[in-house]
Amino acid sequence: MIDNHSAHDTKVLCLNRPFGVADTLPEKRFDKLEKRFATILTLSGLVVVILLLAIFLSLLLYSMPAIKTFGIAFFMGRTWDAAASQFGALPFLVGTLLTSFLALLISIPFSMSISIFLGEYFREGAFSTFLKSSIEVLAGIPSVIYGLWGLFVLMPVVRYMEVKMGVPPYGVGIFTSSLILAVMIIPFSASIGREVISLVPADLKEAAYSLGATKYEVIKRIIIPYARSGMIAGILLALGRAIGETMAVTMLIGNSNFIPQSIFSPANTMASVIANEFAEATGITAASLIYVGLILFIVTTIVNIVGNWIIKKIGIEASREIG
Amino acid sequence: MERQVQFRLIKNGVFKILVVLLAVICLIPLLLILYYITKNGIAVINWDFFTQLPRPIGESGGGIFNSIIGTIILIILSSIISVPFGIATGIYLSENKEGKLPNTARLCVVVLQGTPSIVLGIIAYIWVVVPFKSFSALSGGIALSIMMLPVIIKTTEETLKLIPYNLKEASLALGVPYYRTILKVILPAGINGILTGFLLSVARITGETAPLLFTAFGNQFMNFNFLKPIDSLPYRIFFYAMSPYPEWHAFAWGASFILVIIVLGFNLIARGISAKWKVQF
Repeated sequence: MIDNHSAHDTKVLCLNRPFGVADTLPEKRFDKLEKRFATILTLSGLVVVILLLAIFLSLLLYSMPAIKTFGIAFFMGRTWDAAASQFGALPFLVGTLLTSFLALLISIPFSMSISIFLGEYFREGAFSTFLKSSIEVLAGIPSVIYGLWGLFVLMPVVRYMEVKMGVPPYGVGIFTSSLILAVMIIPFSASIGREVISLVPADLKEAAYSLGATKYEVIKRIIIPYARSGMIAGILLALGRAIGETMAVTMLIGNSNFIPQSIFSPANTMASVIANEFAEATGITAASLIYVGLILFIVTTIVNIVGNWIIKKIGIEASREIG
Repeated sequence: MERQVQFRLIKNGVFKILVVLLAVICLIPLLLILYYITKNGIAVINWDFFTQLPRPIGESGGGIFNSIIGTIILIILSSIISVPFGIATGIYLSENKEGKLPNTARLCVVVLQGTPSIVLGIIAYIWVVVPFKSFSALSGGIALSIMMLPVIIKTTEETLKLIPYNLKEASLALGVPYYRTILKVILPAGINGILTGFLLSVARITGETAPLLFTAFGNQFMNFNFLKPIDSLPYRIFFYAMSPYPEWHAFAWGASFILVIIVLGFNLIARGISAKWKVQF
């Protein structure tokens, strides 16, 4: 196996160097270059760690005024009023939770279908290639364009629906944002789902088929239980993305700083309130917005670490079983 | 017994139809988005649209020349910052598979990848806009370069891991020093994969708006000064879309059309390179 050679072996190897290119360089200079190269590489490894720490510390430092003034009660406060210097983030917390979970709920049947479609029913062929590249295109479209499309195409449709249903026809609001968010996160959970489904060992499936199981039964009894944790990881990563998604939501959520009354009312998420107000904010308002940003950073970090940890564990398990 | 089997077969068929149906429904929004962008976008695109500056409302004509140039400047600026760091870190991670620092760095890359872009906007604001006391192209470039970094690191690492180990051994056996082996043998062998990663990261930042809202900020005039606000395509789309004027809405569609073509173009080239690259193994 390739991996058995560690970096240390190579370093030992190059100490026994006497031939070739090294000959043209004086010993000392050679050692210096070698050391400098190793230092540069290690430093660049350090840079990423320092960068992340610096991001966290900067957010913490600049939100300090707000943390000192409002403390943990910040997340219980219902009013966000810059004129009165009164800040509570509960409306945005509720807005973020509602939009992302609603989006997740809408997207799960679709992303699961795509993963099963590409991972089991049609693994190869023109149609699966077409679907796969379409999903990739869907993932590549910029967020602001989803917002634009949602604003001019989806919003009138939702407004028409709301008129028919007899709720206040804002058009924009949590429901509209969730619809767009659902479309945006489908590619993420679908591609991870497809990968974990194709990792299911063939002999398990074949054993079930040989007992006379139908394809549906194999999917339900073998594939889904086997791939469950991977699919959950995919959904978790999609959730992380939905929580942090900014532009499309900012354009469609209606920007209201009050706790939403229903899923059709306008609201604000943590990301959208920053996008809307940060450019003009000063003093305690800016600090409060950075405080919101800090929480956003911490939440997405946790969601991402857990999601990736699950995926890594599955990868290790799968390789162990094949080996 | 017969009936039982029949029932199971029907269930099997219904499930398959359901899966195919739901999968195909996902294509509808994509088709609708592409359709509306093309229909509304092409209507406003002409030569002036590419070569003129935006005009105030009430004056007809004008274009988004400054936004296109601004986007290009931002891409170049953020690439200059992130590409050297990204590739160096990628080499470091592929050369050191175990250990405390490499594993921590790998975790940091994952976290950085998932960090919301709006948070990176705040960071660039704190780090650059506050000390310089002005919105600037530089701050936008820094926010975008932090977004590029994890993509470049990840693809560089994955590509270099794929390079056959005997290539490295052959080079070292000839007495080539370690650093030259990396720079002259391993890196050139993986250049296609690294290029793919670079293009994917550029595609990722080209359409990014959130971190530019309070860093690059937008500017309706042409600007080449790094320390002054600069315009960009996604920002212009946002600005025009949120305005109350139908003429500007039309411009937003036109700009979207151009942006989608650029982003998908980058993606397509990247896939082309990576497809060609896989054949070599």
